[in-house]
Amino acid sequence: MTASEELMSVGATHFDDWRNTARRLVTIGSHPSTVRWIDQRGDDASKQKDLFGNVAGPDVGRSLPASDAPDSLPSLRVPGKFIQWAKTIASHSDPGRWELLYRLLWRMTGGERHLLQIASDPDVRRAAQMHSAVRRDAHKTKAFVRFRKTIDDVGELFVAWHRPDHYSLDLTADFFARRFDVMRWTIMTPRQSVYWDNQTLHFGDGSPRSDAPDHDQLEELWKTYYAHIFNPARIKLDAMRAEMPKKHWPTMPETSLIDDMLRDAPQRVRQMVRHQEGGPTAKSFLPTSDRTLASLCNAALVCESCELHRDASRVVFGRGPADAKLVIVGEQPGDMEDRSGEPFVGPAGQLLRRTMADVGLDATQVYITNAVKHFKFKLQGKRRLHVKPSSREIAACRPWLEAELDAIRPAMILCLGATAASVIKGPNFRITRQRGEVDKCDHAKWAMATYHPSALLRVPDEHARARMMAMFTEDLRRTAEHHRILNQS
Amino acid sequence: MTAKDLSGKLAILADAAKYDASCASSGSRRESRGGLGSTEGMGICHSYTPDGRCVSLLKILLTNYCVFDCQYCVNRISSDTPRARFSVNEVVRLTMDFYRRNYIEGLFLSSGIIQSSDYTMEQMLDVARTLRERESFRGYIHLKTIPGASDDLIQQAGTYADRLSVNIELPTEADLKRLAPEKKRPELEQSMNRIKVKRDEHVRDQKAGFKHAGKFVPAGQSTQMIVGATDTSDRQILDTSSHLYQTHAMRRVYYSAFSPIPHADSRLPGKSPPLVREHRLYQADWLIRFYGFDAEELTTAESANLDLQMDPKLAWALRHRDRFPVDINRADREMLLRVPGIGSRGVKRILQTRRHHNIRDEDLAAMGIVYKKARPFLITADRNSGPLSLDSPFLRSQLRPSQRQLRLFDDDPSADDGTTSRLEVLP
Ligand code: SF4
Repeated sequence: MTASEELMSVGATHFDDWRNTARRLVTIGSHPSTVRWIDQRGDDASKQKDLFGNVAGPDVGRSLPASDAPDSLPSLRVPGKFIQWAKTIASHSDPGRWELLYRLLWRMTGGERHLLQIASDPDVRRAAQMHSAVRRDAHKTKAFVRFRKTIDDVGELFVAWHRPDHYSLDLTADFFARRFDVMRWTIMTPRQSVYWDNQTLHFGDGSPRSDAPDHDQLEELWKTYYAHIFNPARIKLDAMRAEMPKKHWPTMPETSLIDDMLRDAPQRVRQMVRHQEGGPTAKSFLPTSDRTLASLCNAALVCESCELHRDASRVVFGRGPADAKLVIVGEQPGDMEDRSGEPFVGPAGQLLRRTMADVGLDATQVYITNAVKHFKFKLQGKRRLHVKPSSREIAACRPWLEAELDAIRPAMILCLGATAASVIKGPNFRITRQRGEVDKCDHAKWAMATYHPSALLRVPDEHARARMMAMFTEDLRRTAEHHRILNQS
Repeated sequence: MTAKDLSGKLAILADAAKYDASCASSGSRRESRGGLGSTEGMGICHSYTPDGRCVSLLKILLTNYCVFDCQYCVNRISSDTPRARFSVNEVVRLTMDFYRRNYIEGLFLSSGIIQSSDYTMEQMLDVARTLRERESFRGYIHLKTIPGASDDLIQQAGTYADRLSVNIELPTEADLKRLAPEKKRPELEQSMNRIKVKRDEHVRDQKAGFKHAGKFVPAGQSTQMIVGATDTSDRQILDTSSHLYQTHAMRRVYYSAFSPIPHADSRLPGKSPPLVREHRLYQADWLIRFYGFDAEELTTAESANLDLQMDPKLAWALRHRDRFPVDINRADREMLLRVPGIGSRGVKRILQTRRHHNIRDEDLAAMGIVYKKARPFLITADRNSGPLSLDSPFLRSQLRPSQRQLRLFDDDPSADDGTTSRLEVLP
């Protein structure tokens, strides 16, 4: 054995001291087989024994000659990717990492400049594995650290205990400092810990889990969220376990729910599927075939799709010729309609029919109906006061109106009031802004909305009423005009 | 508001959000100094649920009351699901509190439509504005725009949000008409287009050095499409997504297998969601965006649906046997990307390695190539199987993964756009 081949022991804790030592070793020509690297950072670095049973340390075997002034060393040229890898690999927990890094460095500076590009090389493969293991571990640290709020003499302090496989705080502390800039926090792990005081990061030794608080008030809410954002109809356990390895579960409060969630899932899905049958709309009352007006009207007599059928006396279906070119849609029957079974016979209906006659619209040629077929009211003494139907009731009743329109296929629809307009023209329709606009809709090429005549009757101010009445008449006049043109062609 | 009420609302309003597939929180950068939070390009999944999906954002609805009646949606007006509504402050507080404990990357807020589209959009805007201005929140915010909301409100929302989404909902206009008659395709696309135009404008201004330009949806826009609620084919679905990527510069199209929902209309399928189909669509989508495939190449006019038994790249290769085997040491990048079992990182490694030495069979595994899958399609330095094995009638069954393997997803982090990589990455 020549002097330079004699076994030499050197130590490293961090990337920087490895780099300094490695650079000098390459410069003096120490072949990797002659250098023994001692991981001085390992949990039991002090206990590592060499081949001869001695406790290892930098002083075992021949030691490295005293350092030259750093700038007298020739600089070694290696690809940037190697530096980046080596920095990451330095945080791996495998004590063999320093040796591997040195072997790579030796080979790269000894003629294999492109070594890292040869993915099939065993050393490169091992380094790639270590590199991605540390990166993954660091990524999971960013993800799975769970802070718990405590109070100390300075104020709020957020504390986390986490168990990474490697020295991942080296690579993640900056991230936490950026993200939680305005908080004071500390992250403890078995091997190291770090504390941020709002200004600076302070690294320290590892801590046992018992040093960290074991609860946070918010965890119950977080668990509630976790349990409910899960869709039991799509279980993919393998995918979950691959991304969230079980070793992290003990420090993540939400994972305690997983067993129960899985146990309940099949039952929840069965329930979801079962509930699919039949919806609470009038659809289930529609005749399956023969959807003529007469059969629809008949079928509607027994509709119980919403609560309104209970108090109203009867269904008030639409009236008019089956080949009408114009359909007028109101909101719902009122007291008089409910008693007589005919639409638009009360005071509002009379106002409508009078205006129609004035502008020359023949009521016998028009089909008149309502968006909701039952009367909704509240009792005041003996009087039954009209109450606006809820959106839920409007939606439930909608299939009847749609079936009527499908049977008639009118060329024109005139909506009276906001409820009818929202059913025909969509929920964003605003009667104040869009009154009188002619548009096409799903059921007719020509659709317009105007005030409901009962709204006109309720306006207390005389001038305002006259103004609205004029607009209403004008809208009806335009409807009549278009109707006339249609009849001529 | 007691803690118990808040938790009850959270249960209802998270439950209502669980059908939404989008969750990624990537593609945005925000300065973190002086406020809480950061967004640094890649999103982080903070947890996973047993459905294999990640929890990256606090994904909730502001309210699940809704005046619309879309048949595939559990919140539609005719559904009798329990209802709840958060106040603006409750959402803000939940987001901040969860964020401080490192549970989430930010907020993904969506809502049923209450009163009117504009009223609802204003409330959502208020949440985002309060988070940014009062709380100095620098984390991720994704707002789902409300169909029909005015342009002005959507534009304001874009100055606070990292991402906006306008859901296309269903693959074709006919599907929409059938199941969501209140939503109109042209209107949805108009909103998408306005977001795109506005974003382009901001990017231009920023490049030109206008300081006031600020940010406008730095993470772009995304959309979601429900699949399996109608019998529309994969060919039409992929066609629609290609259109969305090209016309509106979508960052992502999310596919969501239709799940049975409580009290759904009887027109809808009452069965388990077609998860494998959803997975195949993600794979196909990926091939179109990153592997140079055209949407029409992945299905044929005769069989308009993706093969459920095998991934779309393998299915394509089997339909084009005449183009294989390819020489791994000579083929160009485009062709290598089309070899089953080789991902984009594998291609990169091949191109680098072969500059220095010829690639042999034994090197394949070391380069992250799925040997069993790729073998018949490749010529290596030491093996030339010739066209013969490709003609083997057994090839298809030989290559078909077992049902169990179908559930395992190959990982390729380089192709990761943030979060749901497991569900959509293809080797
Ligand atoms: S209001 Fe309409 S849906 Fe309700 S019971 Fe009467 S007809 Fe049926």
